[in-house]
Amino acid sequence: MYAVRLWSVRHARGLNAFYRGFEALLVRLHGVFRALGYERIERPVASIEKVVKGLLFDCRMCGQCVLSSTGMSCPMNCPKSLRNGPCGGVRADGNCEVKPDMRCVWVEAYRGSERIPGGVESMSKVQFAVDQRCQGRSSWLRVAREKIETNATPKGAP
Amino acid sequence: MRFEDEPVPGYPLPILPGHTSPGRFERVLRAGGFAVTTELAPPDSADPEDVYKRARVFDGYVDAINATDGSGANCHMSSLAVCALLTRVGYAPIMQISCRDKNRIAIQGDILGGAAMGVCNLLCLTGDGVQAGDHPQAKPVFDLDCVSLLDIARTLRDDHHFQSGRKISFAPRVFLGAAENPSGLPHAWRPQRLAKKVAAGAQFIQTQYCYDLPQLRGFMEQVEALGLFGKVYILAGVGPLRSAKTAEWMRRNVPGMHVPDAVITRLSGAQDQAREGRNICIELIQSMREIRGVSGVHIMAYRQEESVAEIVDKSGVLRGRSPWYPERDASQYSHRTAS
Repeated sequence: MYAVRLWSVRHARGLNAFYRGFEALLVRLHGVFRALGYERIERPVASIEKVVKGLLFDCRMCGQCVLSSTGMSCPMNCPKSLRNGPCGGVRADGNCEVKPDMRCVWVEAYRGSERIPGGVESMSKVQFAVDQRCQGRSSWLRVAREKIETNATPKGAP
Repeated sequence: MRFEDEPVPGYPLPILPGHTSPGRFERVLRAGGFAVTTELAPPDSADPEDVYKRARVFDGYVDAINATDGSGANCHMSSLAVCALLTRVGYAPIMQISCRDKNRIAIQGDILGGAAMGVCNLLCLTGDGVQAGDHPQAKPVFDLDCVSLLDIARTLRDDHHFQSGRKISFAPRVFLGAAENPSGLPHAWRPQRLAKKVAAGAQFIQTQYCYDLPQLRGFMEQVEALGLFGKVYILAGVGPLRSAKTAEWMRRNVPGMHVPDAVITRLSGAQDQAREGRNICIELIQSMREIRGVSGVHIMAYRQEESVAEIVDKSGVLRGRSPWYPERDASQYSHRTAS
């Protein structure tokens, strides 16, 4: 919902802090997820994620969540799906070029990022092209799995 | 500036040490020249002569010509085809690639194809939304954005593989560019957005129209503070405004465009507004040449392309040099054959 989405950006700091804790919990639950089978729980978890994040951020379930780097403003709501910052066409009032009645997702992202410690720096990191196959899949499970895998594999190991 | 080994149309120049492309545009910039680029509006036609006619009006005044890719989301001849026609006779085109109409499979194919046809410069853009153009019923693609596109183009060139990881046997030797809008929101973050593009592979930047010099100066100072001078060549965007009415219209309707009131007042007070518009443009170019870090200008004169030569000439920024064009050295060559 649009109004809730804007509320989330205004509360980016708190939401980000909450997510940090939640992410740590997800990573700790890796063993449980593995025992249950990641693929088996994919659909139920994704549907919960869709409801929660859909309400808070108008989440589009791209499956590669970058909300912490975008001030809690979901970049997939940008009509051009920009993941690296605003286009050159932002209106003078800060609204979207394509949808004149909507705030520019990235103007909001910058406002949200300013509220998160280190947010502006992480907004300035290059986001690589999205993997369209992840569309509809759970970012939470992906994070739990990937964090463990990257920690377990020392850098440079095959 | 004249390079002794230039050029046989259709043949690449040798790539100098530290260069990534065999093109004249990169050479002019790296040699410290003040570069002038302009924009060719691709025709609504399948006649190659329509492309050549549009290119010839710039002869002797520009270092490179941008071929726009469905600009304003309107349908025209493709930028790849325009570039291929231009390189046949030796022009230095900058191939614009927009993410609006093609996915990564098509785009990477075009980069290889363009390079194979002699394109040495790419400008990676996000593109206008389809609602802005003549086909609002079309499907917007936006599989990539300008930054991920830059990253993919650089990977093709430097790491010799597609985004998928599959190897290519001969890399496209291209000079990579991107756009930036110093007037765009959020103002404070725009220089960092430029830094992001440089990090993703941009070697030159062409900006949106800059009619607000203090704003451009402020922007360039921030760019310098981020340590980007020397890492990227910045060409400031300019263009002649035809009248106060046009300026007002553009300000209202062209997304992200900023025209200060002072410019509009000056235009509306002039007897010959079109002439005044060109004068403003000339003065802007002269001032931009003095701004630290500005390596050139990009002149966008939509539907006033014939005025570009006069503007460049009167601004004097080429300082007497004549950029290469197909007939430039004809007299020299005929003299040689005669002797």
